[in-house]
Amino acid sequence: MSFSQSQSGRIAVQMISHIRHALPAVLAVGSLVLIWEAYAHFSGVSPTTLPAPSRVLAQAYEYRQALLDNAIPTLRATLTGFALSLIAAFLLSIIVDFVPRLKRALFPVLIISQTLPLVAIAPLIVLWFGFGLLPKILLVALVTFFPMLVALSKGYEATEPELEQLLASMGAPRWKLFWLARLPSSLPFFFAGLRISITYAVVGAIFAEYAGAAKGLGIYMLNAKNNFRPDLVLAAVLVSAALTLCLFAAAVLAERLAMPWTRRTSTGGPIR
Amino acid sequence: MSAPRLTLDQIGYRYGDLPVLENISMAVQPGEFVSILGPSGSGKSTLFRLLTCAITTDIGAIAFDGKPLAEAGRPFAFMPQRDALMPWRKIIDNTTLGLEVQGMRRAVARERVAPLFAEFGLAGFEQNYPAELSGGMRQRAALLRTVVQDKPMLLLDEPFGALDALTRAGMQRWLEGMWAQHRWTAMLVTHDVREAVHLSDRIYLLSPRPAKVIREIEIDLPRPRGRDAATQVRAAAIEADILETLLKPDPDHSGSSPTRSFAAE
Ligand SMILES: Nc1ncnc2c1ncn2[C@@H]1O[C@H](COP(=O)(O)OP(=O)(O)O)[C@@H](O)[C@H]1O
Ligand SMILES: [Mg+2]
Repeated sequence: MSFSQSQSGRIAVQMISHIRHALPAVLAVGSLVLIWEAYAHFSGVSPTTLPAPSRVLAQAYEYRQALLDNAIPTLRATLTGFALSLIAAFLLSIIVDFVPRLKRALFPVLIISQTLPLVAIAPLIVLWFGFGLLPKILLVALVTFFPMLVALSKGYEATEPELEQLLASMGAPRWKLFWLARLPSSLPFFFAGLRISITYAVVGAIFAEYAGAAKGLGIYMLNAKNNFRPDLVLAAVLVSAALTLCLFAAAVLAERLAMPWTRRTSTGGPIR
Repeated sequence: MSAPRLTLDQIGYRYGDLPVLENISMAVQPGEFVSILGPSGSGKSTLFRLLTCAITTDIGAIAFDGKPLAEAGRPFAFMPQRDALMPWRKIIDNTTLGLEVQGMRRAVARERVAPLFAEFGLAGFEQNYPAELSGGMRQRAALLRTVVQDKPMLLLDEPFGALDALTRAGMQRWLEGMWAQHRWTAMLVTHDVREAVHLSDRIYLLSPRPAKVIREIEIDLPRPRGRDAATQVRAAAIEADILETLLKPDPDHSGSSPTRSFAAE
């Protein structure tokens, strides 16, 4: 693949259009923060009720070591739980794709698992499994497993019927059909699910910590709240938002790497 | 006449309560290019589904080289109605698909297919993804994927149906040239009268659903076709005749509209 001048030119144009695209959102968020800042300063509201954004940032910097110490366990729980959830969802999606009857039996049960309120489940899971890593992993898996399973199953079903007929006409057995057509067809659905689930995963981990943990952003927020430090609660929220955004970006990057054909779509010349 | 390669003997098929094919009998000789011409929704793709064993029927018999289809060992290379290229595979890897399914290693399959890219007007596009190609090129890639399977017979389901008129005319001319060189035994499904007359040795006309063979037409125009004025005039006359047959009110369907749509699906 040559990285020609026209290609780098195209990337520059794309970046400018990306920035243009993001501009309204940046302006909206920026003005909200400004209004908040102004309100906190001029309305006379106490900083222990509503701290100004500048104070939150200053405290976040001041307590950076504590925040980092608590962000790492949250990240660990999120990634471990999500990885296990992904593996389980992938394996089950394959089994279910080959045995449709199993799918009809399992999916209603799984849908019910999704209606359980997190607030009620989190303390119970902590009660049953303790303050360690396990309850966090379980909670992250609970909120991400089913969405990923559904995304994969939907993706398999989105395979073009013509493609299946073509492969069948070539004499491909069912597993080859799955490997050559159904699995790649599911990639866009898989990554759409991944982007959403990774944000759920962080929420799941923080909920589990909130219900009881030795360390983590969730328990940090709880302690800060109990100490009447809303500025530190918000600082932790800031860290968790940054964490979520990083994971989201990683998912987008993985998508781009895994699906290179979606990037080069203009009818260009031959690629040497 | 030599023994036919493919014979269909009084085939019938229904989707549930919907009769689609009725009493279809056809034969294809070795090296012959046969077209099936009929309105949209008449059952042409269903016929190919039967041949590729995607569906089966108890009514009638299909034989290839004298053997029942089930024992003939998948003698067809099939090109589906839409190009069905895999968007995630580069063109070269799309064209090797059939060979890979047969168990050939990807590198070996690539070596086998690569020399054919020039002939198919795809040279230099081996490493492109399908989305980067024009409609005509995608169809040529799909056809290349079909012929490299090296099967005794090609089944082409409306290969040019999605192309604009100009590209389609160019592709028809190109396919005729390719066929003249390779003499594939081929069955083409189309609802384009001009295409059928331009490419075929013989045409079966199908009625609207449930499809019956309403006429069989031998096209004995010299090849290459459509290049000189005299052949063009004769071809036009055959086309007009075929249209007349297809559009005339069907006595079996009295009360239905005399004009039938030939629009693409
Ligand atoms: N899987 C199916 N189940 C029920 N009806 C079908 C199915 N596939 C096609 N049909 C119907 O059978 C008829 C013939 O379809 P098809 O063979 O695709 O027509 P053609 O290729 O000639 O346009 C159409 O009326 C279509 O609606
Ligand atoms: Mg069709």
